[in-house]
Amino acid sequence: MVKVTIDGISIEVEPGTSILNAARQIGGDIVPPAMCYYSKLEGSGGKCRTCLVKVSKGSEKDPRPMPKLVASCRTTVMDGMEVQNITSPEVTEARKGVVEMLLINHPLDCPICDQAGECHLQDLGYEHGAAKTRYEFDRRTFDRIDIGDKIQLHMNRCILCYRCVFTADQITEKRVHGVLNRGDHAEISTYIQKAVDNDFSGNVIDVCPVGALTDRTFRFKNRVWFTKPVEAHRDCEHEKCSGKVTLWYKGEDVLRVTARKDQYGEVEEFICNTCRFDKKKTSDWVIEGPRKVSHKSVISSNHYETLHPLPVVKTNPVLLEANKEQFERETRL
Amino acid sequence: MGRKLLLEHINVPGINTYDVYRAKGGYTSLEKALKTLTPDEVVEEVKKSGLRGRGGAGFPTGMKWSFLAKPEGVPRYLVCNGDESEPGTFKDRYLMTHIPHLLIEGMIIASYALGAKTSYIYVRGEMMPQIRILEKAIAEAKAAGYLGQNILGTGYDLELYVQPGGGAYICGEETALIESLEGKRGNPRIKPPFPAIAGLYGCPTVVNNVESIAATVPIIRDGGDEYAKIGIGRSTGTKLISASGNLKRPGVYEIELGVPVEEFIYSDEYCGGIANGKRLKAVVAGGSSVPILPANLILKTAAGDARIMTYEGLSEGGFATGTMMGSGGFIAFDEDQCIVRNTWNFSRFYHHESCGQCSPCREGTGWMEKVLHRLEHGHGKLSDMDLLVDVSKKIEGNTICPLGDAAAWPVASAIRHFRDEFEWHVTNGAEAVARNFGLAHYADPLPKPEVVS
Repeated sequence: MVKVTIDGISIEVEPGTSILNAARQIGGDIVPPAMCYYSKLEGSGGKCRTCLVKVSKGSEKDPRPMPKLVASCRTTVMDGMEVQNITSPEVTEARKGVVEMLLINHPLDCPICDQAGECHLQDLGYEHGAAKTRYEFDRRTFDRIDIGDKIQLHMNRCILCYRCVFTADQITEKRVHGVLNRGDHAEISTYIQKAVDNDFSGNVIDVCPVGALTDRTFRFKNRVWFTKPVEAHRDCEHEKCSGKVTLWYKGEDVLRVTARKDQYGEVEEFICNTCRFDKKKTSDWVIEGPRKVSHKSVISSNHYETLHPLPVVKTNPVLLEANKEQFERETRL
Repeated sequence: MGRKLLLEHINVPGINTYDVYRAKGGYTSLEKALKTLTPDEVVEEVKKSGLRGRGGAGFPTGMKWSFLAKPEGVPRYLVCNGDESEPGTFKDRYLMTHIPHLLIEGMIIASYALGAKTSYIYVRGEMMPQIRILEKAIAEAKAAGYLGQNILGTGYDLELYVQPGGGAYICGEETALIESLEGKRGNPRIKPPFPAIAGLYGCPTVVNNVESIAATVPIIRDGGDEYAKIGIGRSTGTKLISASGNLKRPGVYEIELGVPVEEFIYSDEYCGGIANGKRLKAVVAGGSSVPILPANLILKTAAGDARIMTYEGLSEGGFATGTMMGSGGFIAFDEDQCIVRNTWNFSRFYHHESCGQCSPCREGTGWMEKVLHRLEHGHGKLSDMDLLVDVSKKIEGNTICPLGDAAAWPVASAIRHFRDEFEWHVTNGAEAVARNFGLAHYADPLPKPEVVS
């Protein structure tokens, strides 16, 4: 076990753990945000640079600080390492810069984006972004394309996290999409207009941190915060699919099926396309119960099971009585 | 005259052929290394020579070699980085075109020192003639028994391959080069692990610049101590400088490290002064990615001493008043050149060449390019300078590979030293499109700070 101190909080973790995962074991505000790292996908991370942290002490053996800020998702902890995240102004400044960079070419079309409400970039921008943009040029635009019969790619929103590429590599049999071109004109696309078509392709929608890959069966059906998440499962005939999902209800209808996501927005188990796109009746599923949604999420704002909202108009008995008297007087005349 | 080690026989007709190269003493270092030295002794000689990487970073080559992991049963690779794409640098192309056997001989010595059985020369795709030249040279060396099975009867086997790249600047970064060599998209890898532990095909790999590898030949021939006698301090040996811009005699020069910059520009042995009787305005001393310096700071350091061409000498004064040796792409600008336009041009290059993997570089290079384009074409604002400095700070040091730094430094340094020219572009927008700012005070001697008694 190695000991690492993050923002003054010490924890013992397995050797080989990344700083980000050590921070996640501590939890709370000191966890760096991660837009491209995905613990279920090997090789992911290091690209978005939002998880940059400062290593103020390399290790017990070599106490020198690291010269540059490091990507916490791809830096392994050393014994005695000291890390500064939210306590370092340098890190906060760099992170603000990264968020600004991520947003300069983002269309900011949250009002019509299906991901709004569960979008990592939205949360990140809310927490670390500037109130005003300094970018005064046209944003980069692409055409929307359908990269499969159930998935739409909205490249304008993409932050090139490469998660969908890793998913296609590691979860599905054969990857037919990838990153074309380079620099700021790089784009996700399929190989010569091939369709992404295999049993697990729908998972790219779940891993996408923004609204670049959206579910065509759910497009513009509803806002996520008006739907109610319910946990359910079924006996899926596909051997690799666990069949454990979250159903998103609006009234009686299942509008959308997704995999179950943990508190960092990562899916717990990948699900197959049959579960995701075809089984949209309550009778297909064994309902387990309502899904717990963090009170920080906008999705929870629609659920008033325990909390009764305050009445909008306050009743004033004195005024009511006076009104009644006046009414009687005027009708008598 | 300074000593020439690499370009000693460059003017001999037919030096690109095996016979002439051999007649001029070629392949004797190789024979010396393979027959009389053990691989560790070769590494030790290179360490003693103090040779520093000639590709830009200036990391000691001998140290790099000794860091190579040597696990049992795993092949090791030597890769020569001939991707030379830095604007202003063309020394490797010159070396490969005119004296290819020097590189081949160096490759065999270095491969022997590292115990590599297969080595690659990765050459930029645009340099197709050089690739043909190298392939011909390899065939000649093979016919002479310096490559293949059981070289010179020592039992050492080596295969050498030339790999044309796709022509991307980013593939000159060592891990992107390795990715490209493996047949993948040339995205830099996230370090650690460093290539010395897991490089090409996951095996320990050393990536060296063409010039570094070629320099092992004179090191082995004369001995490391002899090589270390040339140069000043930790900058030993000779260095090829690609001089371009408004010079009387641009070209590739081999200098002994330690030559004063003033001598390099104005002496008849080297560049012969500024062309057309103009005056020097600014110099980019080590390829497009190093900070640009005005004439007064490149000729003399802030302390008033003559600036010398060594790794330390050029970086004297840090980023505030210094620059870097880089890959030796020496670009001189005369008084007719526009620094804003040049900065925009560099920025356009980095925007085009950014791989798009990590966000600060992908988005930031494009942003800087757009702002500089606006400034150059007379539509800028005075706040743009601060914006550019801030954006360059947000990119610098926050990216996976050094391309982000390389894109940020020229912009930040141009604004640091030529701010009045940028401001003139804003205040006199229409005039700035039609004519240049001129020399202004950039060549004036630095004012002596007043001493308060």
